[in-house]
Amino acid sequence: MAKQNVVVVGGGLAGLAATMKLAEMGVHVDLISMVPVKRSHSVCAQGGINAVNDVTRQEGDNEWKHFDDSVYGGDFLAHQPPIKEMCDWGPRIIDLLDRIGVPFNRSPEGFRDQRRFGGTLYKRTAFAGATTGQQLIYALDEQARRWESEGMVSKYEYWEFLGPVLDDAGVCRGVIAQDMFSMEMRAFPADAVVLATGGNGLIFGRSTMSMICTGGAAGRAFRAGVKYANGEFMQVHPTAIPGTDKLRLMSESARGEGGRVWVPRKPQDERDPMSIPKEERYYFLEERYPKYGNLVPRDIATREIFEVCVKGGLSVEQNNLCVYLDVTELPPAQQKKLDGILEIYETFQGVDPRKTPMKIFPAVHYTMGGLWADYERDANHGGLNLGSPRNHQTNVPGIFAIGEADYQYHGANRLGANSLLSCIFSGLIVAPSIAAYMGGRKGSKDAPSTLFDGAVGVHKQQYEKLIRNDGTENPYKIHIELGDTMTRNVTVVRYNKAISETLGKIDDLMQRYQRVGLSDKSNWTNQNLSFTRALGDMLLMAKVIAQGALQRDECRGAHYKPDFEIPGPKAENPADLRREAETWCDGFQKNLDKWLKTTVATYDGKGGTGFDGKGGFKIEYEAVDTSMIPPRPRTYGLKGAEIIEEVWKERIAKAKRGPGAEKREAVGAG
Amino acid sequence: MSRYIHVKVLRQQDPHSAERWETFSVEHEPGMNVTTVLQRIAAAPVTVEHESSTPVAFDACCLEEVCGACSMVINGRVRQACSALIDNLCADGRDTIELRPMTKFPVVRDLVVNRRRMFDALKRVKAWVQVDDYFDRGPGPRVFPKEQDEAYPLSRCMTCGCCVEACPQYHDDSPFIGAAAISQAILFNAHPTGRSAADERMEVLAGKGGIADCGNSQNCVKVCPKKIPLTDSLAKAGRDATVYKLRKWFGR
Repeated sequence: MAKQNVVVVGGGLAGLAATMKLAEMGVHVDLISMVPVKRSHSVCAQGGINAVNDVTRQEGDNEWKHFDDSVYGGDFLAHQPPIKEMCDWGPRIIDLLDRIGVPFNRSPEGFRDQRRFGGTLYKRTAFAGATTGQQLIYALDEQARRWESEGMVSKYEYWEFLGPVLDDAGVCRGVIAQDMFSMEMRAFPADAVVLATGGNGLIFGRSTMSMICTGGAAGRAFRAGVKYANGEFMQVHPTAIPGTDKLRLMSESARGEGGRVWVPRKPQDERDPMSIPKEERYYFLEERYPKYGNLVPRDIATREIFEVCVKGGLSVEQNNLCVYLDVTELPPAQQKKLDGILEIYETFQGVDPRKTPMKIFPAVHYTMGGLWADYERDANHGGLNLGSPRNHQTNVPGIFAIGEADYQYHGANRLGANSLLSCIFSGLIVAPSIAAYMGGRKGSKDAPSTLFDGAVGVHKQQYEKLIRNDGTENPYKIHIELGDTMTRNVTVVRYNKAISETLGKIDDLMQRYQRVGLSDKSNWTNQNLSFTRALGDMLLMAKVIAQGALQRDECRGAHYKPDFEIPGPKAENPADLRREAETWCDGFQKNLDKWLKTTVATYDGKGGTGFDGKGGFKIEYEAVDTSMIPPRPRTYGLKGAEIIEEVWKERIAKAKRGPGAEKREAVGAG
Repeated sequence: MSRYIHVKVLRQQDPHSAERWETFSVEHEPGMNVTTVLQRIAAAPVTVEHESSTPVAFDACCLEEVCGACSMVINGRVRQACSALIDNLCADGRDTIELRPMTKFPVVRDLVVNRRRMFDALKRVKAWVQVDDYFDRGPGPRVFPKEQDEAYPLSRCMTCGCCVEACPQYHDDSPFIGAAAISQAILFNAHPTGRSAADERMEVLAGKGGIADCGNSQNCVKVCPKKIPLTDSLAKAGRDATVYKLRKWFGR
């Protein structure tokens, strides 16, 4: 019997998890990556990975609460069955990572240590110093290397994915990729293809993401017909170090270990921060959110920092917006657990954060949206039916999407330390899903070679056209302008007028892109070409993000439009306050009915490169599975919002008792 | 007035072409690092002689010194380009920096080299924990903080190549596997499950290209961007190899 072969594109945590599980199941994997997989962007994850554990369990925690925290954190936009399954798997995944040698931090007795992260009240986050992503990907990279040495995995590093190959029936039969050194193009026939190609932060110019995170691969899949969901949901991380080339992440673990965010009460107080007395410091997150404090979810922390600087005028510096993130009060043992990130601050800012508060500001960080991927709900337990080929399969048969590249698990806002979990989880469970899919098929070997030759030919033509294009537009300048407009108008605070301007700007940039000229026209290790090709995909996907943001007239998680915010109750008089809260809850319900939906974009051209002027798509909406946890107002115990929670709880209780309950109660009371 | 930095780059079009120097002038920006300089050159590749050139090919990814991609020789010293800040490089009033590819690996183009030999060495020393399977079998072995403290620094190796670039014993004509791979062998031999393959790793460390090839110059530890105690690993590898050979000699 011919060996089954799967192409995995992308060797971050998700791609490597899928690779090692497929190899274990006896399936050969061609692993394609633009960088040696060990250098994938997963290395940048810092703080840790979430799962219920023995300690939190005894404090009242369980998988359902992790599930609830994740759903609530994501503002109910994510389908619930995949999240439930992921949270159920959490403890097992940490155990597996522990077995394959991840050096998790330890308690004195030798158990795994845990820290608290945003959007939860439990210490669920296992960690390895403050470089957990690096340690996790190394462990998975090692397992993939082991399978490579046994012949089950063939790595193609420094190979760039150009697009899937679909047969006449629209089924994926492999991919076309290009050697980034020799520029050779070739087909990789496959029984199934997994896209684990990460996020697209580079669309915003500077972000916390790595240089490879253009989202180019997802854009190429989109052009080939794979749907793209919830594009407008981008996470802006509250704490990053501003920089000229990159906004370097300062992990949430800094706050998880006790770090505090503050600004001087006096605007632009010029004193040394250490000399500013406590009472003259505004710990705004702690004051406004007494329950969660500095560990409110990221979208909220980001907005609060933004508001305190922009509206409140309390930025630490006048011309450079920033607030203090302060770990100076932590005992040395706790600071040591943060060494990995404190070193980054020290290296790039030249200041020791153990002694001086860090200056930080929000930065684009994570792509919650992504390639549309299916799932099958298990009728008994509400999680996933793990034998189903539907899990993580896109709308194109044979193409699967996992990790940050897909749109599941995080809804409108991802909780810190849930991404490492979702990446590894989706990688592990896509393997049986693929096996089920392949079980009913004949195999890639029967695909005619003309199909692959034709596809290589199309990509070669596009390559030649781009490299020979006689234009004067500079791709790097177009990229900077794209990043500027996207960051200014489509990040933390969004207004329709500004988003429309950005859409117009993207159209201009797309026009200019047609006249792009490469400064390097050689056919050897041409990074100029690779970047320019990805720019075409970034422009298209920027449009998907901005169009989705324009159409979604509401506030949900990371997507915040002040013009569509329901004003919170403010009255002093209890009766008025209550009436206002009732009105608020009416508005909330109305908004749920209208907008608790997945945005789904479908490309309406066929193929194309962005270079040929094609780039139309349509946006539709799909229902969200909220079968287990009904949506509720997301206040995180905000001071002054208690009345909203109270009124909403009463409504839910009333709805549970069924229609007419009010009348019966009135009779009973009489 | 704007300040400009002169950037001298040793370029090579492909593995078969000759090397050549090119100098670019880049406007200084506060907080700028070498990767930013290379990005600015890419956007406007014109030499100081006003000749049109091509973007300088270089490897870079995370830009925060955790991925290991952007190793190159900067002002004569191997290091990560992302953490090489111009203000530090030019602190003494200099306005020129010099960039070269690493010399111990085949040049692909300009500053891009092929570090495959390092990854092959990781295969040779079986740098992984050989678990039975990926099913649920409960947690891994208990580990005390002291052991974690020893493992974690070794586990931060990015395979960036700085250690072997600085090593006099590591070159085209030598089979030496280098400090990075030896240190990984020591890491996995210390792991409670990993040590079940300890003898297989020692066979490599005690064999050709193994620890005996280390000349004890201690250059590796000086250039490691992650401050990994490489010389401790090398010393341990030396002792363990001796014990292993004796044990083998006596047939046990």
